[in-house]
Amino acid sequence: MPKQIIGSVMVVGGGIAGVQAALDLAESNYLVHLVEKSEAIGGAMSALDKTFPTNDCSMCILSPKLVECGRHPNVHIHTLTDVLDASGEAGDFEVKLRCRARYVDMEKCIACGTCAEKCPKKVPDEYNRKLGMRKAIFVKYPQAVPLKYAIDRDHCIYFQKGKCRACEKFCPAKAIKFEDRDRDLTLSVGSIILAPGFEPFDPAVYDTYGYARHPNVVTSMEFERILSATGPYEGHLVRPSDRKEPARIAWLQCVGSRDIHHCDNGYCSGVCCMAAIKEAVIAKEHSKIDLDTAVFFMDMRTPGKDFEKYFNRAREEYGVRFIRSRVHTVVPDPGSENLAIQYVTEAGDITSEEYDLVVLSVGIEISPETSQLVQRLGIDLNEDGFTATSPFTPVTTSRPGIFVCGAFQGPKDIPLSVMEASAAASEAASLLAPVRGTLIEKPAEVNEVDLAEMAEPRVGVFVCHCGINIGSVVDVSAVKEYAATLPNVVHAEENLFTCSQDTQEKMKEIIREKRLNRVVVASCSPRTHEPLFQHTIRGAGLNKYLFDMANIRDQDSWVHQSEPAAATQKAKDLVRMAVAKIGLQQPLTELQLNITKSGLVIGGGIAGMEAALALAAQGYPVTLVERAEKLGGHARKLLAVWDGEHVAPYLDDLIGRLGAHPLITVRTGCQVKEVSGFVGNFHTVLEENGGRHQVDHGAAIIATGAEPYIPTEYLYGQSDRVYLNLDLDRAIHEHRQSIANARSAVFIQCVASRIPERPYCSRICCTHSVQNALCLKELNPDMEVYVLYRDIRTFGFKEYLYKEARAKGVIFIRYNLDRRPQVELTADGTIRVTVLDHVLQRPLALHADILTLAGALVVKDSQKLAKLFKVPVSADGFFLEAHMKLRPVDFATEGVFVAGLAHYPKATEECIAQAKAAAGRAGTVLARDSITAGGVVAVVNKPACVGCQACLNCCPFGAISYLEQEQKCEVNQALCKGCGTCAATCPSEAITLMGFSHLQLYAEIDEALTLQ
Amino acid sequence: MKDKIFEPRILGFLCNWCSYAGADLAGVSRLQYPPNIRIIRVMCSGTVSPHHILHAFQRRADGVLVAGCHIGDCHYLKGNYLTMKRMKFLEGLLRFAGYEPQRLHLEWISAAEGGKFADTVREFTERIRELGPAPSFEAVPKATAIKVT
Repeated sequence: MPKQIIGSVMVVGGGIAGVQAALDLAESNYLVHLVEKSEAIGGAMSALDKTFPTNDCSMCILSPKLVECGRHPNVHIHTLTDVLDASGEAGDFEVKLRCRARYVDMEKCIACGTCAEKCPKKVPDEYNRKLGMRKAIFVKYPQAVPLKYAIDRDHCIYFQKGKCRACEKFCPAKAIKFEDRDRDLTLSVGSIILAPGFEPFDPAVYDTYGYARHPNVVTSMEFERILSATGPYEGHLVRPSDRKEPARIAWLQCVGSRDIHHCDNGYCSGVCCMAAIKEAVIAKEHSKIDLDTAVFFMDMRTPGKDFEKYFNRAREEYGVRFIRSRVHTVVPDPGSENLAIQYVTEAGDITSEEYDLVVLSVGIEISPETSQLVQRLGIDLNEDGFTATSPFTPVTTSRPGIFVCGAFQGPKDIPLSVMEASAAASEAASLLAPVRGTLIEKPAEVNEVDLAEMAEPRVGVFVCHCGINIGSVVDVSAVKEYAATLPNVVHAEENLFTCSQDTQEKMKEIIREKRLNRVVVASCSPRTHEPLFQHTIRGAGLNKYLFDMANIRDQDSWVHQSEPAAATQKAKDLVRMAVAKIGLQQPLTELQLNITKSGLVIGGGIAGMEAALALAAQGYPVTLVERAEKLGGHARKLLAVWDGEHVAPYLDDLIGRLGAHPLITVRTGCQVKEVSGFVGNFHTVLEENGGRHQVDHGAAIIATGAEPYIPTEYLYGQSDRVYLNLDLDRAIHEHRQSIANARSAVFIQCVASRIPERPYCSRICCTHSVQNALCLKELNPDMEVYVLYRDIRTFGFKEYLYKEARAKGVIFIRYNLDRRPQVELTADGTIRVTVLDHVLQRPLALHADILTLAGALVVKDSQKLAKLFKVPVSADGFFLEAHMKLRPVDFATEGVFVAGLAHYPKATEECIAQAKAAAGRAGTVLARDSITAGGVVAVVNKPACVGCQACLNCCPFGAISYLEQEQKCEVNQALCKGCGTCAATCPSEAITLMGFSHLQLYAEIDEALTLQ
Repeated sequence: MKDKIFEPRILGFLCNWCSYAGADLAGVSRLQYPPNIRIIRVMCSGTVSPHHILHAFQRRADGVLVAGCHIGDCHYLKGNYLTMKRMKFLEGLLRFAGYEPQRLHLEWISAAEGGKFADTVREFTERIRELGPAPSFEAVPKATAIKVT
């Protein structure tokens, strides 16, 4: 270790992975430098329309995270910044950065957009994949963080020709800074996390697809923009050539993936199948006509949680057509701008179909820029240009102290990227544990004005011109005059920019001078500016909840530009509503609850043990509970991970490190019996050897694993020649010779997976079977090996195993669910497998010395534990996380996390990443000294409560409990998220959402409807 | 002289996370819509109770718009499911009471759907304009809610 360790981390890349890593570390009390090369954070996810498998609006779920990142005092965002070099070692790096000039003063820019409106230069918009235009001064996208304009020097008329400066002339905030220059910056950080993301494959090299030549051949990323409401066609589904609504759309899969002919990308990009299904479904929803959608694919790869159901629904409910064929050529029809696709059907016939629009599902690759960056940092890459990592340390790069997450680690989707981001954050947090909290800003202590002072409301109203944004439509002076006449208002004024630094100072003075105890600002949106003003009034000694805003810009002057009189009247009404509401507001207290800084991990398999070690490495005591007498779980039977590394030495080392760690207590033969408490303060009763005792902990990680399905089909248990993959692993290890003597082996895939009773893909079985098939070929190259499959799902780099297996002579035969293989025991005791060959369309009889069943992974009795911790399980029995996309290891119940197979079937490296992620997330809870409860939360007025418990059932966070003795309900302020659903459900209005009370809502309604 | 056209009074309850953001985006995109609507920001569309909506009608609102996150997108997981149920119930109740149920409208509007917000307000305003002023309720006293101390 170096002499000094630095309590800060540099995160490279502001996409979803980088943002998640930054937030986790910031919450765990490390200072974070988030470095982004473009004008704003958000990355690829910000350009997606919807996300699978929930069809969430991408921007809706991403935007709150971006805003949180932008506001977090421990996150410093460096946009337009490149990493030049990093010297030093783990714990103490010196990083050189270059911040490119923005030519707009970020302190002054108010993002009003006047500059872009006046800028005469139109430029193809990269955010919209050049399907639309932006100006030479622009924001990357409307919800960008930071929301600040930038000048594109290469296209700016002033920079190129020396004349114009229109933006400077019209900018009301004097924010244009033509004299801005690039500057270099040196940072000291303890660790580095790389999350530079991917680049979509450029399909121009597929000459026969005509991407570069024909406007109606688009990439999947372009199609996302076409679908998006903020896209070039405002969400209207039209094609680029003539803006006509398409009636037939085709998706071509594996463009730039699983292909070593047009490009060098032999791997599977892993996300494009689901992306294409989603795009087809959303396109159908957008379309006003009966849109025909067809996806041309090789193997349909939907191995993630709830993906298979999504695929089934697309086919059965939406009528998306899936055609198994790799298309060779797209032929444009010169007359109609339509496109003909000629392909070979499964029956071997050549057929042709015409489409209005063709979407190329482009793969994921690493940009040359990123490659150069990591070469400068001295990181080893794999042959495909992604980071070289071991499955046992999935987020660790070749250079100590530098970690990796997201698509740069390997092609992957959003949930896996988020999971890895939390895992990388956990690794950095472990490395820097001794200096946690040394570099962060501690909030200043403020003494709030005495509560008694609040009784009589004294409201101050500040009406903002926002340059000309409000003032040019709304008569601001008239609004101010009107505000002064309202009840309780003792001060009203107008400002050119209420948000400017000098007005903030002035506002504090006025609050003191006029003894204001409530403040209303009439300006822009509380979504962007409320925290700023709350900070200001807090600085003047007011409780931050004694503040409200009237949105007279975004929801008034900007949307009623040609109706100044009506807009002014509306502004007055909005101010009156805000004044009435704030008059009823009382100061809200936030109480601090102490937390127990220790964790409980349930499950002693790989996931549980890795989680316990990762949590202990961050410095927190951990109790690990395992039901069995021995640690290790199913990993004990597993021979090797996908790249061939053996599991046993890793497992021995893991168990050894666990046992030796001073902060870890291992309890085997032990079960969880009772759980009480809430985040930061759980009390769990464990039962061990008939005795019981209690463990107090602040966070819990559930890693209880899954079981292999025990087949009742295909002669399992009736012949010693029939194996599960795990049995075969063991047999290869223990009876090498007798296995090598076999003349033939057959694998049957999807045994009890992807069937109506169990409609999910078990994710790991294709790779495991292919791996074992290769193993058998290695033991005996003459052995005949057959894999009977439905789709081969060797996603990511595992595709190379599939390729190798075919090269080595393993024969893959596809079967359909309605014609499953038949297995019978012959008279001489051997096994015969009959299957319909998908190429010959004839039944084949295969003799099997070894028959291996790739069976499902199932979860048994997860319900019991789920009830104890008040967390949900899915219909398939797996634990259900808070959000499938962006909260893959969290539960909606705060302080409880999930990892490993209990969440969903996954490979060892994914279990390890998820375990570290769960520890990282648990670390964000345990790093706090206390948890804050209160503020905008629900409160039960007990005398009015009749104990009907309607609220109890509607609360999604388990925050309400029923007090048997009193026959009343109660809200736990630490668990309440402040949605107010209970308040609206309570028939006697006995529940109040503080800050949005019934009284306040009625007052707002009354004022909104008062005739002037 | 043109006849004075009826300007309806419309109240909009928008959830903080999706629809209020969608309304802001309409502004950022400068999409124009009629100025009749008065917006009340709530944390979740599930915060809006039938009482609030009935109170608005009692206070002579000509139309009430409730907008929240799309189903599945709720920031609080399932608040909008409750909204959906309540709106169905209220629709029935309004019809039962002989009140035009079209005066109450529910729409899912995401943070990215500025256009949809503007269109919704425009269409709803026109619909209410065609319906004419809301029928008069007898004057009701100002609401009294139970005050929490």
